[in-house]
Amino acid sequence: MQQVPMPPDDASQSDAFESDASGSIATYTVGLVFALLLTGGSFLVSQTNLLWAPGVSAGLAVLAIAQMGVHLVFFLHISTGRDNANNVLALAFGVLIVTLVVGGSLWIMANLNANMLSPAAIMQMQR
Amino acid sequence: MSAHAGTAELTGSIPASAAESTGSGGGPAPVRIVVAYGFWIFLLSDIIMFSALFATYAVQSGQTAGGPGARDLFELRHVAIETLCLLFSSYTCGLGVLAVERRRLAGFYLGFALTFVLGATFLGLEISEFAGLVARGAGPSRSAFLSAFFSLVGLHGVHVSAGLLWMGFMVAQTAAKGPRAFVRRRLLCFSLFWHALDIIWVALLTLVYLMGAR
Repeated sequence: MQQVPMPPDDASQSDAFESDASGSIATYTVGLVFALLLTGGSFLVSQTNLLWAPGVSAGLAVLAIAQMGVHLVFFLHISTGRDNANNVLALAFGVLIVTLVVGGSLWIMANLNANMLSPAAIMQMQR
Repeated sequence: MSAHAGTAELTGSIPASAAESTGSGGGPAPVRIVVAYGFWIFLLSDIIMFSALFATYAVQSGQTAGGPGARDLFELRHVAIETLCLLFSSYTCGLGVLAVERRRLAGFYLGFALTFVLGATFLGLEISEFAGLVARGAGPSRSAFLSAFFSLVGLHGVHVSAGLLWMGFMVAQTAAKGPRAFVRRRLLCFSLFWHALDIIWVALLTLVYLMGAR
């Protein structure tokens, strides 16, 4: 019977992949700087009239999504590397479910809200 | 490869499918990759649980039942300090794990001590914010908006508390057993957890505080 190769113990092989599995000080520092800039931008946009008022919510959403991307890449080390294909696919599925839950709830509840009669209108109909 | 076949450090056999999808050609994926992948799936399911509470908050955020709304309650200065605490704790946590990978235990203890202090500061600020709200009569039973607020932000706070406990446990384990392979894998999982909490806080900060306080 052919011997099945065992997974390498990371005590002996750790040097080969530890650098890309946990990044480097430079990666973390760049991530921190980006995150600080984006957080500062979010506070700035929400507290000043830098953006056209009805567009502030969209601006904040864009900044938040950008910052989540920065965290994923620089802190959680999600990349396009070969060892990361599983992680990226799982992330894509997670994003799909989160979008369905949040977007679907908002859509349905806004629809119900718009179609509901106000108590005043019901009184009017009973008269 | 066969030189490693007898090592006792392994936690179990790795399914062949995990190895094929790494695309590296031969042999199963390293234990570290598989463990991180499993923990990543857990984190994503945790984020999906949070998404249900985010949806609830987004729907209920206007339902104040005549009580105080987001604009009356939130102090952005307070929230900015909380955000900085969490962000810098993510950074020090990453550096701590990096240090233990390089067997620099002093750097690891320093990084995790800073992470713990920053995390505890965050938690203290959040508890004082909650206590202030309850004292002003804006507790979770006041309106649907406040119920949703306390469950969403409170669940994040519970996660941070669990993270602090786990951190203390991992520091003790590293001190007792040294930076062995399985200890370093657990530390990697902890750092993933801590970074994921920061991602959830970014969404929370934007939706609850920055959009609410305008």
